[in-house]
Amino acid sequence: MAYVPLADQDHEMEMHHPHSFVEKYVWSQDHKVIAIQYGGLAVFTGIVGLVLSLLFRMQLGFPDTATFIDPNFYYQAVTMHGMIMVVYLLTALFLGGFGNYMIPLMCGARDMVFPFLNMLSVWVFLLSVIILMASFFVSGGPTGGGWTLYPPQTNLAGTPGHDMGIVLMLISLAVFIVAATMGGLNYVVTVLQYRCRGLTMMRLPLTVWGIFVATLLALFAFPALLVSAVMMLFDILLGTSFFMPAIIESGTPLDHNGGSPILFQHLFWFFGHPEVYIVALPAFGLVSDVLSVHARKNIFGYRMMVWAIIAIGGLSFIVWAHHMYVSGMHPYFGFFFATTTLIIAVPTALKVYNWILTLWEGDIRMNAPMYFAIGFIFTFIHGGITGLFLGNVVIDLPLSDSYFVVAHFHMVMGVSPVLVVFAAIYHWYPKISGRMFHEGVAKLHFWCTFLGTYFIYLPMHYLGFLGVPRRYYALGTTDFIPASAQDLNTTITVAALFVGVSQILFFANLLWSLRYGPKADPNPWGAASLEWQTPDTPPSHGNWGDSLPTVYRWAYDYSVPGAAQDFIPQNTPENEEPTMDDQNVDMDKEA
Amino acid sequence: MSIFKNVTDKPWERKGVIGGLEAEGAFESPNEKVALSIFLVVASVVFSLFTVGYILRMELPDWRPLSEPAQLWFNTALLVVSSILFQWARNITKDDGEKNVRVAFFGAGVFAILFIAGQVITWNSLQSAGYFIASNPANAFYYLMTGLHAIHLLGGLWVWSKSSITLLSGGQPKDIKLSIELCTLYWHFLLIVWLVLFALLSNT
Repeated sequence: MAYVPLADQDHEMEMHHPHSFVEKYVWSQDHKVIAIQYGGLAVFTGIVGLVLSLLFRMQLGFPDTATFIDPNFYYQAVTMHGMIMVVYLLTALFLGGFGNYMIPLMCGARDMVFPFLNMLSVWVFLLSVIILMASFFVSGGPTGGGWTLYPPQTNLAGTPGHDMGIVLMLISLAVFIVAATMGGLNYVVTVLQYRCRGLTMMRLPLTVWGIFVATLLALFAFPALLVSAVMMLFDILLGTSFFMPAIIESGTPLDHNGGSPILFQHLFWFFGHPEVYIVALPAFGLVSDVLSVHARKNIFGYRMMVWAIIAIGGLSFIVWAHHMYVSGMHPYFGFFFATTTLIIAVPTALKVYNWILTLWEGDIRMNAPMYFAIGFIFTFIHGGITGLFLGNVVIDLPLSDSYFVVAHFHMVMGVSPVLVVFAAIYHWYPKISGRMFHEGVAKLHFWCTFLGTYFIYLPMHYLGFLGVPRRYYALGTTDFIPASAQDLNTTITVAALFVGVSQILFFANLLWSLRYGPKADPNPWGAASLEWQTPDTPPSHGNWGDSLPTVYRWAYDYSVPGAAQDFIPQNTPENEEPTMDDQNVDMDKEA
Repeated sequence: MSIFKNVTDKPWERKGVIGGLEAEGAFESPNEKVALSIFLVVASVVFSLFTVGYILRMELPDWRPLSEPAQLWFNTALLVVSSILFQWARNITKDDGEKNVRVAFFGAGVFAILFIAGQVITWNSLQSAGYFIASNPANAFYYLMTGLHAIHLLGGLWVWSKSSITLLSGGQPKDIKLSIELCTLYWHFLLIVWLVLFALLSNT
């Protein structure tokens, strides 16, 4: 056992105290400011992605009504929407936003291990976003090759953005990976080395476990995207043939010869599937904590939850080819990847059972964060079960290019993580801002989002069963698709517009509350984990005042029999726990 | 404490401070070394994926192996010497010694620079011989993988140059003890990567 007196040496630790506005809010090395910078930038990029989705939904719901949405723009919007939402919104928000804010606070540390590197990470992330957004303004516009960027199609004339658009996308991704690696090293080393006294790994909140394992996945999976991006850039800019086969473009044979598009797909999905869990695992962790706090119960099966996170993380590296069944593969390969896909459902299902069992007989407080957390359980079960369909080769083949897939992955890694994002933001908003949000508006926001997204994605499953192909700008006239499919498409678009617009409730609530919301109690939900025990709300620079906390228990001591209150903070010593007897004595004295 | 030692722990049962008076880190090593070790795993993944891509791509019929110039043996020797010199510097500073540290540390960097120069000369000679990057995937992989290795080495040289400046501006070897330790680890890693790449490129 190694005792490294790192986090306890708070007085000697160099804190980089900011002296000016610029140092405090721009070139800040404070993890909380960096978290807000990361989160703000991710949300801004996400809004761009959301608007793009509403635009291409206009074309699908009301074909040819908006004349500026031509086929090129449609494909560019679909592509950019996908990449923005998966990488620049969800990955950046969960790891850069929540990771930065939560890890040091939940670990009882003053900051990340490498604050300068942390600051560098957010600025490099900004650079990647600028490069990505620049592609909207270059000749030919952004790439329209689909978010998976499959060659050779992405690189050929006829695909919008095949010149500068795809180049900027690949460079932006490479820069993003540099930022994610800098941040990721920080998160992992901070969790490993900067936990305060008494805080063992098995006393960490599941939020930290989720972000920790997701960060490891990011560190080991993003290289695959980097490798494929670099090789594709070589193909485009230097004329190599890593992925580009011999091909004729507009009647002219290209110089490429013999490249393997399938190799790109393997590399892309070796990143792409862990990416699902890079988004999902932090969401699992965050929602576990929200459910436990608002159900006033310890999380059910804590150890099982930790192991499940680790198991899912490990298994996520051996399921990637289930995204490639339609590319063609040896049947034994298909069998292998179908089997591993079904196996990964086991730890995932364990987590779902444990969330439900956490609620079982809990003293549930139906606060706004709890609405979103319970809503997540619904959408995640829904999206998870359709994943079992698609994990099987024989069922995937007919459904793969249909709207069923769009419905599945939006339920499982679009709506579900976003509901957790809302749950988490509402849950921690009082600590981050020092103000309470408007509960009624937040609940209205929940119902608009939850029901609205079901109106969007439930009909999409049916469209998929009908055989309506995804990716198409216009369906044209086909015998097998009934005319009523268009009615569904129109309904979906109306619902999408409604959900999109209703997000104004969220932003307006947060912004209004920032100024006019009632002052928040330091621990309004009665939570046991460390971040709620800071001496200041919002936590000041350095988080913990003069001395770091000491941890005496796990993060889930809720409704402990005999205890005076229904939670015991992690930093309450065992012999100082207020008990019912103490409380009775106090009441007697008062009497 | 061991991370995995406690996964069987029942945290809901154990109360009180676990782990004595000090805060607990999972590893005794300095944070920088822990971070570097994780980064080396990340870099290994990058090189491994390129290697997998190389092996898969060479199965296709248009693959024409290029004949690696003999100078690569000389370049390899330069990198080996660089790594040995770093280890020498590390061994001296480990026991808080100072004698010959400057010779070893500066020498290590100089030999690494010579290695990169040697690689550039090799690239030029291959270009002159008609092995252009776009003319065959084997060529493309050669330039890509050796270039990536050189970029990693340049990153290491950036750290080396910062520490060299410290030494040149009056700093003592003990001031850069950690830097020497990290550079040594990094250089050994890059030497192993290079030996694997060299073996792969030479034998296929």
